[in-house]
Amino acid sequence: MNLNYTPEELAFRDEVRAFLDQKLPADIAAKVKGFRHLSKEDHLRWQGILNTQGWYATHWPKEYGGVEWSPVQKHIWDEESCRYGVPRSIPFGVNMVAPVIIKFGNEEQKQHYLPRILTGEDWWCQGYSEPGAGSDLASVNTRAVREGDHYIVNGQKTWTTLGQHANMIFCLVRTNTEVKKQEGISFLLIDMDAPGITVRPIITLDGEHEVNEVFFENVKVPVENLVGEQDKGWTYAKYLLTYERTGLAGIGLSKAALAHLKRLASRRLKNGKPLLEDPTFSQRIAKVDIDLMAASISNLRIIAAVEGGGMPGAESSMLKVRGTEIRQSINDLARRAIGPYALPFVEEELDLDYDGEFLSDPDAAPMTPQYFNNRKLSIFGGSNEIQKNIVSKMILGL
Amino acid sequence: MDFNLTEEQQMLQDTVARLVRGEYSFEKRLEYSKTDLGYSAEFWQQLSELGLTAVPFAEELGGFDGTGVELQSVMTELGRGLCLEPYLQSVILGGGLISQAGNSSQQEKWLPGVASGELKVAVGLQEPQSFYNLSDVQTRAEKSGDGYTLNGRKAVVIGGHCADLLIVSARTSGDDRDTSGLSLFAIDPATAGIERRTYPTNDGFKGCDITLENVKVPADTLLGEEGQAGEVIEYQAGRAVAALCAEAIGVMEEAIAMTLDYLKARKQFGVPIGQFQVLQHRMVDMASDLEQVRSMAILAASVADSEQSDERRRILAAAKNVTGRAGQFIAESGIQMHGGIGMTWEYSFAHYAKRLIMINHQLGDDDHHLEQFASMLQAG
Repeated sequence: MNLNYTPEELAFRDEVRAFLDQKLPADIAAKVKGFRHLSKEDHLRWQGILNTQGWYATHWPKEYGGVEWSPVQKHIWDEESCRYGVPRSIPFGVNMVAPVIIKFGNEEQKQHYLPRILTGEDWWCQGYSEPGAGSDLASVNTRAVREGDHYIVNGQKTWTTLGQHANMIFCLVRTNTEVKKQEGISFLLIDMDAPGITVRPIITLDGEHEVNEVFFENVKVPVENLVGEQDKGWTYAKYLLTYERTGLAGIGLSKAALAHLKRLASRRLKNGKPLLEDPTFSQRIAKVDIDLMAASISNLRIIAAVEGGGMPGAESSMLKVRGTEIRQSINDLARRAIGPYALPFVEEELDLDYDGEFLSDPDAAPMTPQYFNNRKLSIFGGSNEIQKNIVSKMILGL
Repeated sequence: MDFNLTEEQQMLQDTVARLVRGEYSFEKRLEYSKTDLGYSAEFWQQLSELGLTAVPFAEELGGFDGTGVELQSVMTELGRGLCLEPYLQSVILGGGLISQAGNSSQQEKWLPGVASGELKVAVGLQEPQSFYNLSDVQTRAEKSGDGYTLNGRKAVVIGGHCADLLIVSARTSGDDRDTSGLSLFAIDPATAGIERRTYPTNDGFKGCDITLENVKVPADTLLGEEGQAGEVIEYQAGRAVAALCAEAIGVMEEAIAMTLDYLKARKQFGVPIGQFQVLQHRMVDMASDLEQVRSMAILAASVADSEQSDERRRILAAAKNVTGRAGQFIAESGIQMHGGIGMTWEYSFAHYAKRLIMINHQLGDDDHHLEQFASMLQAG
C-alpha cells in the first residue's frame, strides 16, 4: 500500500507544471477558471500549443503522433490541467473517432485523417444520438443505402455538440434493416460540407448554443469513408464508448470547481460573515468536499489497477455516477452562494472581455447558467440510470 | 501508487479471515453475546496465540510495529464476523494511549500484557453530557497526598465491564470544555469508589457507565503529563476512528453480499426480485457507497499513525463521516430489501445492520465529523 507518486511521476508533474506555467495563455485560463465559454479560435490556439509540445493525443500510439502516457501520467495531466484552467480538449476527434480509425480503419484513412486531427484542420463532431433514441443508442434510423461508389444517407442526428464548428462528422447509420438492431449499423465518416446536410442550433435551457440537430437529405458519401466493415459499426461504437466513459467522472474538474466555490463563499456574506463560516453552508460544502475526497481516491484505485494492466470495467460507471453527482452539487452550491443575484441573467457579464461595472460579484453571472448547463452531466455519456444498469449487470450479476 | 496489500499484510488478513470463518459462526456469536463476559475468551486466546493482539506493538513485545494498514486488515475481518472481543478498546485504543502517553515504567508494566491479550484495557473518554466532544470532561481529579482523588462519571465504556485496567480522562484544571487541563489515569477497576453499571448494547456488545466517587489513586496511575492529555486523546481517538472505518468495511461487505444473494434467490410475482430495476439501482447505490468507504478507509489507515496535522484531522473526519452515512444507508436499504426476514433476530442480516448503525455512534457520528470537517474549511 503506497498512495504516493514515484520520483519519476513527480518529475513528470514538475514538467507538466513548467509547461503550463510557460505556455498556457492567461486569457484562455481566465475564461476556463471563470466558467466562460471558449471560442473556436481559443480552442484551436491552445490545441496548436499542445500539439507543438507533442501532448495533444494522449490516447494514441506514438507511431501516429500520440504521447503514450501511462494511466498515472494521464491522471497527473488531468489534475494539473484542471487546476491551471486548461481548456478541455474537444474529444470528438482526438479521443473518439481517432482511436476507432487507429483500431479499425484502413491505412489510407489513418494517413489522411490522423494528421488533420492533430493540426486542428479537421474539427469532428459526433453523429450518434437520434431524435427519440435517448439512451438506447442502437436504435439508429438514419439510413445509408449503397449506390455504386457511394452511400446515400438520409435521416437526422441530434445533440450534436459543437457541430456548428465542425467540418467532419462520424455517424452511426443503418445499412441493414433485416437483422437485429445492433447488427445492421455501419460507421461512416461524413464531410459536413457535403450537399444535403443542414445544421440547426438547439438552444439549451441556459441560453447557450452548444448542441445542434444535423439533417441528412440524400447526402452522397464515398464508400471509402466507411470504417471497417459494413454492418459491423456497433462493435466500433462500443469500442469508442469505452474511451468516452473514462474521465466522465470529471474528478479534476470538480476539484477546480470546489476550489472556486470556496473562494466565492469566502467573499459572499451572510449575517455579516463569510458564507464559508456559516454553519449551514459550510456543512453543505464540507459534505461535497468529503464526497469528492472519497471519489478521488476511488478514481486513483481504478487508475492504479489500469496501470497494473487491468481493464477499467463497470467501476468507471460507478464513478461516473458519483463524480457527476458531486459536480452537480458543487454547481448547485455555487448558485446558492450568490443568493438573490442568482436571478439576473446578465449576458454581457458572461463575456470575459466585459469591462463595465459588475452587478455583484464578478463571478456571479455564470453561476446559474452553469448550474443549468451541467444538468447534462447525469444525462450524457450514458445517463446515470444506464450506468447503474451496467453496474447491476456487470458487477452485481443481477 | 499501489493500493495492494504487501504479501505480509495479505497473509495477516488471511489469517484473521480464516480464524473468524472457522470460529465465529453467527450462532456462536449469539451465544458469546449472552454470556457475562460478552465475548469468547477462547477466541481472544486464539487471537493472542497467533500474535494478532500484538500487531501494533514493537517487536520486543511480539508485535511487528503494525500501523493503520495492518490494523485495517485485522479490523475488517473482525467486522466480517461481528466479533465481540475488545480488540479496538484494548489493543488499539488502550494500547495506543499507553504507548503514546505512558512513561517507560508504565509501558513496561502494561504493554506486554496488552500485547499478549492477558491484560484487557477499557477506555472511558465520554461522559453523560459530553455527546461526542471528548474535551467536554467534568470528571475531576484533584491532588490529594501523593496521588489523586477522582470524582465523576464516564459514559458508555465498551468492554468496561470486564476490563483489567481502566483508562479514564479527568480534568485536573480548566473549564468544562477546555482542551487543556485534561489528564489520563490508568486505574484498577477494583479500586474503592468505582461503581460500574453494566448493560448489553443494541449490537450485542457489553459496556458500562462508570461512577467515580472519591476514588483515591496513586500518582503512578497518571498517564502522561498532568493537564496535557488533550492531544493524546485526540490522536488516539483518530487511530480508533480509522479502525472503526476498517471494521465497517467487513460489516458492509457481508451485509451487501447477503442482500445480493437474497435479491437473486427470493421470488415475487414469478421472478427473482433482483430483476426489478428499482431494487437493482438501490443495490448499486449500496455497492457504490461501499467503494467510497473503502477509499476513505484506505486513506484513513494511511494517516492513522502519521504525525498529527490538519490534513490528518480532515481525512479522519471525512472517513468517519462517509462511513457513518454509508453505514446507515446500507443498513436501512438492506433491511428494506430483505423485507420481513430482515426484521428478525434469528437472521444474521439484522445484526450486521445493527452494528453499522452503532458504529456511527462510536467516536462521533456523521454529523459530528461533518461539523469538524466544516470547521476546518479554507478558501485555499
